[in-house]
This record gives sequence, C-alpha cells and structure tokens, in this order.
Amino acid sequence: MLVPGADFPHLCAQCEDYPCVEACPFKALSISRKTSAVLVNDEKCTGCGKCIEACPGRIPHMHPADKKIVICDLCNGNPQCVKVCQEGGWNVLKTVTRGEHPYRLYARKPEEQTRSLAIKLYGEKAEEFI
Amino acid sequence: MILGYAGKFLEIGLSEGAFKDVTFDDKLLKDYVGGRGLAAKILCDRLISKWEELDPLGPDNVLLFLPGPLTGFFPGGRVCVSGKSPQSNGVVGSTVGGEFGVELRCAGYDGVIVTGQAKKPVYVFIKDSDVEIRDASRIWGKDGKETNTLLNKECRRLLSERYPRYGEWKEPAKLYIGPAGENKVRTAVVMAKWTHAAGYGGYGAVMGSKNLKAVAVKGTGPLPEVADLGKVRRMIDAVDKSAYENVLWRRWGTGGGGYSFAAKSSSEPIRNWQEEWHDEKGYGVDQFESRLWVKQSWSDFGCGTNCMKIAQVKSGKFKGAITDNPDYEMEAYLGPNLGIFVPEENVFMASLIDDLGLCGIQTGNVMGFAAELFQRGILSKNDLDGIELKWGDTEAFAKLAKKIALREGVGNLLAEGTYRAALKIGKMKGKDVLQYAVQSKGIGIGAHGIRSGKDFSTDIGYACSVQCGDHTSITDLPVDGALGEVWAVFNDSAICCNFSGGFGLPRNLKFDFYNAVTGLELTRQKWGKGGGLKTLQIQRALLLLGGPDLKWNPKVHDDNPSRFYEPLPSGPYKGKAADRTSVRESVQKYYQEAGWDENGVPKSETLKKLELGDVDKALRKLRK
Ligand code: SF4
Ligand code: SF4
Ligand code: SF4
Ligand code: SF4
Repeated sequence: MLVPGADFPHLCAQCEDYPCVEACPFKALSISRKTSAVLVNDEKCTGCGKCIEACPGRIPHMHPADKKIVICDLCNGNPQCVKVCQEGGWNVLKTVTRGEHPYRLYARKPEEQTRSLAIKLYGEKAEEFI
Repeated sequence: MILGYAGKFLEIGLSEGAFKDVTFDDKLLKDYVGGRGLAAKILCDRLISKWEELDPLGPDNVLLFLPGPLTGFFPGGRVCVSGKSPQSNGVVGSTVGGEFGVELRCAGYDGVIVTGQAKKPVYVFIKDSDVEIRDASRIWGKDGKETNTLLNKECRRLLSERYPRYGEWKEPAKLYIGPAGENKVRTAVVMAKWTHAAGYGGYGAVMGSKNLKAVAVKGTGPLPEVADLGKVRRMIDAVDKSAYENVLWRRWGTGGGGYSFAAKSSSEPIRNWQEEWHDEKGYGVDQFESRLWVKQSWSDFGCGTNCMKIAQVKSGKFKGAITDNPDYEMEAYLGPNLGIFVPEENVFMASLIDDLGLCGIQTGNVMGFAAELFQRGILSKNDLDGIELKWGDTEAFAKLAKKIALREGVGNLLAEGTYRAALKIGKMKGKDVLQYAVQSKGIGIGAHGIRSGKDFSTDIGYACSVQCGDHTSITDLPVDGALGEVWAVFNDSAICCNFSGGFGLPRNLKFDFYNAVTGLELTRQKWGKGGGLKTLQIQRALLLLGGPDLKWNPKVHDDNPSRFYEPLPSGPYKGKAADRTSVRESVQKYYQEAGWDENGVPKSETLKKLELGDVDKALRKLRK
C-alpha cells in the first residue's frame, strides 16, 4: 500500500505465455495442468531472481528466510483467499473457470497498480502521493 | 521465556547514535504484559526518582513504542506510544493502528525504547536486526502525507538496492510526526498511514524534541511462537465472526456518531461544550457515506471489522481534501465543537489536522476554547492575530490550526494545549478563564459528555482516570466494574483494538486470547485485582508527581471541568448536569476502592501489597 487506500493483492495472474517459467534457468517452475497455476519446485529453485525480472508485474516473491520463490498456486483449485473473502462478506474475490482472457494484463508492478487505483480514488490529487 | 514475545527490545540512544538489545524478565512481563503497562513500569524504574524535574520535552525523557503480545494476533495490529506526557506530566499509553507493531515483532523486537536527543533531524530505519539512524533533513518540515510518500520511496529504494534479487518489497510500516511534532506543540500526535494517530499524551512533541522524525520498520521473520496455535486461530475466527454480525458497525464505524451522539445521547461537544445536542440531519452518516467516502471498507492489519473509511471532498471550496475517516472524535471536535455542521468542511479540517500532525481532539478542544473566549469578548480579533474566530468559520479555524502547528503568533500560546493556554490567558486578561477549559489535568476531554447520562462515560470517568481526559480510559465504580480503567489497561497492554469484532465480544475473550498466545493462565478476576492495578498505581503516582511546569492537586483537579456542572441548555435532556455532591462522594469512594488515601495519594499498604515499594518511597513527600 504505497498510497493509503490503494491496497491491492500483488499476485500471479497466470499469464498466457508464462514468461517466468520461460525465464527460469533451473527449470524450477512449471504449469499446473489442473489449475494453470505456476508451481515452484523448491528443490530446484536457487533463488536467482530471474523469474522476478521476467514477470511483467515483478510478482514472484522471494521468501526472506528460505530464499526460494513463492508464487500463488491457486491452492490446487480451492483458493482459500476466495473462501475468506466470501465469509467476510466482501465478495471481491470469486473463483472462475479459465477461459480466453488477456490474463497478462493483470501482471502489474506495484507502482503502476498504485497509480491507477490512487487516481481512481483521489483523482488528480493522487499525483502528489505517487 | 513466555511465549508470544519476540524476546528482546531495541534501545536506541539518540544522543550517542547507538543502539543495543535489552530484555525484561518473565515476572515483569507477566505483571505488565506490554504496551501501556510495560511503558509505565519502564518509565517508573528509570525515572521516578527525578520525575518532578524531568522535562517531557527535554532529552532525558524516554520515548516508547511498545506493541503487546497480542499485536499481530488479535485482529487489527496496534502499538502503544508512551513516555512522560507533555500534556498531563504523567504517563499516557496511547495506542495507534497500522502495521508498525506487527512489522516490529516480525523484525524480532517486542518494542523500541528511545532515549536522548539527536543533534539534527533523523529517522530510524529498522530492517530485522539491522538498525540505522538516518539523516531526515530532507523530510523535516514536510506534512504528514508528504512524509509518508517520501519515506515509502526512500525505504523501498534502500531495500531494493540492498537486496537486489528480492524483487518488490512491501513498504515498511512507519510512525512519524508532522510539523506540529517538530515544533513541540503539546497537541501533536505520532502518526501512522495518513493519519492514524496516537493522540492522547502529546507524544508527537516528544518525538520532535528528540529530533526524531520517524521510525520505519520492516520485519521479515515470523510473528513470535504462540502456546496454542489452534486456539489462537479459533479466537481470531471468533473476533471476526462477531465483526461480521455487527453489520452496521462495519458499514459506518464510528462515523455514525457525529449525528447520533448529539441527536440521540446529547453528549457531543458543540461550540466548546456550551451544548451537547443538535439535530442537524445534514450531518448524518448517510451524508458522509454518500458524498464523501471514497473507500468504505478499510482496515488495519488482519482486521475483519474494517471500520475505517477514507473520505475525499469532491466539490466546492475544499475540493481534493482527503482524510482516512473522519471517525466520530474528528467529526465532533473538528465539526460541531467549532460550530461546523457541513460534512465537506469537517473532512477538510480533519485532513488539515492530519497533514499538520496535530491531534484532532486536543486541537479541536483548544480551538473551541479560543472561539468561546472570542464569543465572550475575552480574546479580541487583535489577540488572535486578526482572525475573526466565529463559530462555523472553517477557514478561520484552518488558519488558526496552521498557526498552532507552526507555533506562530497566537498559535504559540494555543500550542500549549487548553489548560496551559487557559492559565496564560487568565494572567494576561486578569480573568479566570479556566471555567471555559473543558479538560482534565491537561488533557482535553474526549467527545463523550457526561451530563445527559446517556453515553458510556461515567460522572467520575474523567475525574479519576490516570489518563485524564482520555475517553478510552475512563473510570467506574467499582474499580473493576464494567467500565473500570483496569480493562483499558489490559486492552492497551496486551494490545487489542476496542472496535475489532464490533460489540458483543464475550467478556473473557481477550483474556482467553492472551492465554492462548502466552500459555499463561490469567483471568479477568486476577487482572482486576492484580496486574491491572499495578499499572494503574504507577500511572497515578507519576501523574501526581507531575512537574516540572505543573502539578496536580487531587482536591482541585480530580474533578470534572466546570462546564459539566452547568445544565444542558437544549435537547431532550435539557437541564441535566453532573451533580457536584455526588461526584465528590464518588471520587472519595473511588479513592477508597483504589487504595488511595483521602487526598487521592496511593497508600503505602496498597503499594506494598502490589510490590511497589519504590513507588511508595517516591510518594512519601506527597503524603505530608
Ligand atoms: S528464483 Fe527460483 S524460480 Fe525464479 S528463476 Fe531463479 S531458480 Fe527459477
Ligand atoms: S504474473 Fe508473473 S509470475 Fe504469474 S505467470 Fe505471469 S510472469 Fe509468471
Ligand atoms: S490463498 Fe491460495 S489462491 Fe489465494 S493467493 Fe494464496 S495461494 Fe493463491
Ligand atoms: S476495528 Fe477498525 S480501528 Fe480497529 S483494527 Fe479494525 S479497522 Fe482498525
């Protein structure tokens, strides 16, 4: 939350072309047949950070203690974040079937995402905070 | 080691530019828990012998940022800010939401203790065990929102330079001050986000006096290990479930108060408490909701209650002004208390007060006081540097607020807070103006009046509180009765948000939660007769020792502001007032129950029973 109020989840969007998977020199990343999520093989991941650079949204997260990459795995098709969001009555997250959609659009860097949301919330005033 | 604690505290000596880890033994943590209780204990141990001479705005004050063992677990992470208060000259435990306490505990610390004074403006950047005192000259003088932006940028840049392979960092959590804190204004706050504030106590001024602009912290470790994780999970679920059932509370938060505490309970400050009732339907929560709230569900760390709102003025003269909330206190003190009844103008005032780093309650209180003196012809336009301080004139109040934050002209006088300003103005004008000062022992009364008897505040709620005018720490009879101050002590020590879960949480829940985290077996009863009282006695003792500029005489000062004895002039409770005789009786009764003598000084035997021999020794001089 670089600008208060402009909070957003900075999570994997399952790009159609999976640049992170392509970029990993150690073949630590693969694509789940069941959910299309990116799966990390901890044993192979060296923490080199190449996938972060390759991701249009710099989304892969380096675990600070394990020094291995963490990427949303869609909870093997049963997303827990969606569950709590529904339980809490926010109804922001929903589970949808994967279809034809430019998913890549959602892979955004924090600054870009913040800018859009802050402008939506605060209009031109937002420029002062970014 | 007790579970639920990170195991060490960070002590930063700003004079030497040095830092070290410190620890406290289990017994002490058991008794004082964290947050407010621990703050009182640390201050007492280190400073009680020189308390009366200790200038809260001098280098010898000790400034504390202390989370509690529940911070990060109980939904809505809070941290307590404390030290010797430049408002009451005692100790106030002032808690604030946001992520600071959580990040700090993930960095491996249970708290930060700041001593001394930096030579030039600095900020402290904590990344796990890496601690740095950094130059803050670029941020000094900046307002709240600018400070937040600049710190985010600088800290994220530092992190990505130092950890080039780590990708994106969530920004560190920050506590900081605005211009008011820098200028040692006694009504200045310590802020988080934009601005959550630790308001009561005036610790923004203490940070300013230490040349400390901000503390930023990033922790990458886990939260401390807990005793019973399954139970902690269930407790979190219980709090959230309760929140989900409080539908209107989630929707409006305290924002419904600006109308309802006036129209329904007649307990809202209006024109410096000359009235407590209004029926301005244009000030209804629906107006705030539909015209101003650009974000309706917003919350502190891990909180399912999401009582926070963000408001922005969309049209008119004050277009563009943003504030997170306003909550009820801001609605009241920066609204009707100044004769302002237009939601847009209220949001503008709240936004300005945020930016300046002022406390909306204390500053709204002192500005209302000044406006009443203007109304009565005691302060002239000339005295007010040419400002015609008419009720409802938002621009006039905005001008005055800026002067206060910058200690400019008449602002320098009002920057001392209502009580001190009243003494000075009284002398200047040769008139007793204390009767218009709606405060208790240096702290302006929270926006919950007592005259109608329809609000939660009791008639000795403020008079006997060790945090004085603080509406979140009122007293009741019996001492451990439903609204007793010992519960506020627990809340601010373990640290829970009062609002998380809405209302209707089972009474024992916070204690069960604490036990699940720590593995201890604390009950409500034990706390009410033990730990809670210890902290209360220390706070009382330090409040009575007071000094150096002011001292409290319980006979005079353990009382309500005189306004509360004037009958309410309007509304359904017209004619109602607090009753002097019954208040006096209740105060004496409270003294007895709290183990204080007839002059309100904690008795030797009380203190000895609570193992507070050092406090007893320090109080001897007050017992003559
Ligand atoms: S950090 Fe791990 S997953 Fe990412 S590119 Fe390197 S080895 Fe592959
Ligand atoms: S969003 Fe990033 S991490 Fe996810 S698939 Fe695309 S490139 Fe990979
Ligand atoms: S809960 Fe599961 S689906 Fe949701 S973000 Fe986390 S890993 Fe992804
Ligand atoms: S209830 Fe409101 S104030 Fe308390 S933690 Fe949740 S959002 Fe913050």
